[in-house]
Amino acid sequence: MSLSASTRAVPSGSPDGETSSGADLTLERITKDFGSFVAVDDLSLTVPSGSFFALLGPSGCGKTTTLRMVAGLERPSSGRILIGGQDVTSTRAHQRPVNTVFQSYALFPHLTVIENVAFGLRRTRAANPLGRAGDALDLVELRHLADRRPSQLSGGQQQRVALARAMVNNPAVLLLDEPLGALDLKLRRQMQVELKRIQTEVGLTFVHVTHDQEEAMTMADTVAVMNAGRIEQLGAPADLYELPRTAFVANFLGQSNLLGGTVVETVDGIMGVDVAGRRIRVPVDRAVSTSGDVLVGVRPEKLRLVREGEEPAPGTNWVGPGAVTDVSFSGVSTQYQVMVPGLGTLSVFSQNVAGRGEVRLGEQVRLACDVDFTFGLDGAEDATSGAVDLDDPGA
Amino acid sequence: MTIVSAIGHGPGNGPASPPPAAQGRRGRSGAYLLLLPGMAYLTLFFVFPVVALLLTSLYAPVPGGDIGQYQPAFEWRNYVVALSSYWPQMLRSFLYALTATVAAFLIGYPMAYVIAVRARGRPFLQGMLLVLVIAPFFTSFILRTIAWKQILADESFVVAALRAVQLLPPDGRLTATGFAVVCGLTYNFLPFMTLPIYASLERLDPRLVEAGGDLYAGAPTTFLRVTLPLSMPGVVSGTLLTFIPASGDYVNSVLLGNNTTTMIGQVIDSRFFKVADYPSAAALSVVLMAAILLLVSAYVRRSGTEELL
Repeated sequence: MSLSASTRAVPSGSPDGETSSGADLTLERITKDFGSFVAVDDLSLTVPSGSFFALLGPSGCGKTTTLRMVAGLERPSSGRILIGGQDVTSTRAHQRPVNTVFQSYALFPHLTVIENVAFGLRRTRAANPLGRAGDALDLVELRHLADRRPSQLSGGQQQRVALARAMVNNPAVLLLDEPLGALDLKLRRQMQVELKRIQTEVGLTFVHVTHDQEEAMTMADTVAVMNAGRIEQLGAPADLYELPRTAFVANFLGQSNLLGGTVVETVDGIMGVDVAGRRIRVPVDRAVSTSGDVLVGVRPEKLRLVREGEEPAPGTNWVGPGAVTDVSFSGVSTQYQVMVPGLGTLSVFSQNVAGRGEVRLGEQVRLACDVDFTFGLDGAEDATSGAVDLDDPGA
Repeated sequence: MTIVSAIGHGPGNGPASPPPAAQGRRGRSGAYLLLLPGMAYLTLFFVFPVVALLLTSLYAPVPGGDIGQYQPAFEWRNYVVALSSYWPQMLRSFLYALTATVAAFLIGYPMAYVIAVRARGRPFLQGMLLVLVIAPFFTSFILRTIAWKQILADESFVVAALRAVQLLPPDGRLTATGFAVVCGLTYNFLPFMTLPIYASLERLDPRLVEAGGDLYAGAPTTFLRVTLPLSMPGVVSGTLLTFIPASGDYVNSVLLGNNTTTMIGQVIDSRFFKVADYPSAAALSVVLMAAILLLVSAYVRRSGTEELL
């Protein structure tokens, strides 16, 4: 499905003539405080034109406030916002070439679906608003519901109308505020694919706010992990996952085993870290801190279980032995918890590949990992920062 | 049985569960039982009087009888006589009521908007402002109207001030004018306009207003395209609650007007109590009721708020 030429026309509300591929969004040293509470703290970032950018963080981290400041619904306490190089900091929401897909969709209940979609076009006096709104509904495959009221649609359909209503204006930047949060899991996965397809198709700059790390990693080209009003780390999803630079990122984006240790030597770009009496080797270029106390991290799926009578491959890091305290089988993989004396409980994901015998509860195992998969973090950090509390799936 | 169970409990339970279905049916008729007191009350105090009113409006004088003695008849000319004598007062009532309704809307909407939208999130302030709106109800209707008589009296500061700024000629007066009657009507029915609009605006999702701004609508456009349409149910209720009682009102015109501001309620009152002309009072009441019914149904249809209600 493709967009007709008319749908790509630029709304007259856009300050610059050509925004059809989106525009760069730049935040310069943005701070927002509500009284004594600092929601966003000296934040700077650039979202390149045409990219799919995700702001990921737990609730209360300032990501929605950041989005609302870009939309013009909130005014920064200090700092500048630039869209396509133009300073829009002091302009109001309706003056910005930006549209938002709201978390609750915020569809106008008194207007039909097509009139909802045409709302922005009518305000900018764009030519043929109903025709273009119809094209936008085609894009989200809802043309047949054009004359319904929002209350007559399902949550997923409302979500798509909200998307069409924002996109039809061809904004320089499209903002999505947890747009999939209200959908059930299956629909959410479906909409993730859909959103990514649409973004690729229309080439707009998308800024997506979410607390769902899987959602952010699936869809975005670039993910910024936010915590307490600041960006912890920014990069491509795979880079963030493979090489987190803070404990918060290591724990919030996927899971990590973080072990406290002390650097005792550095040889040929590999540092040796003493972790509870065992020597763990970490590549220097994968470490934030290369001396003194460090946190050594490894992802659960990078760990291999070494059973009694087996030997870890030569040249790998290993710890243990420890007792298997939990085995949970989930089909494609099994998650093990292993209690290693002196280190605590480590988490291991093991693919259910044929030929491997089942490791039982209580069995003594060692845990091995390639040196290249370990990473080093600043030892002063809290190893549990950003870890998901299992009792609170919303965190 | 199966149909009842399917309706009562959806297809999930199926026809094999008669006990819950029976329970559901009992629960439903039980709900209708709740209507009973209201229906009984309305039958006694509304349906019977209306029927009596219709019959009285067709009564004829007892031949050779005293003043106020009438007998059942089918004297439809009562209507012709009543209307041909009193159509100016009828028309004036609707004009005054309409003016007062528009004035109450112009005063009440901004008030309701400030309380519901601007003071959102400040429950104490909202509560205080709402009390102020309702406060006039704490004193009697008559007393409040008499107070207006004083405020608009020739020697009052209001008249003096208006004369001073030459909005009123030196010998101009406010009391005993149509203006005073409309002022009284507006004032007395203002809370009936304000409160339903407040209720509508209070329910308005502020995110819809943000969405309006996000979609290139400035504040005035967002108000016209989003806020106002979504508050229409309140506006319709408010105008009905103001217009209907205002058209039949006679206290304001008695206390604040003169013999050129007579409203239809006043006429009905005097036909009934002073001249004991029950049939013409009844005929005028029936006409008033019918006219209001017509105006109101045309209004509700035109305002197109059915889907919002």
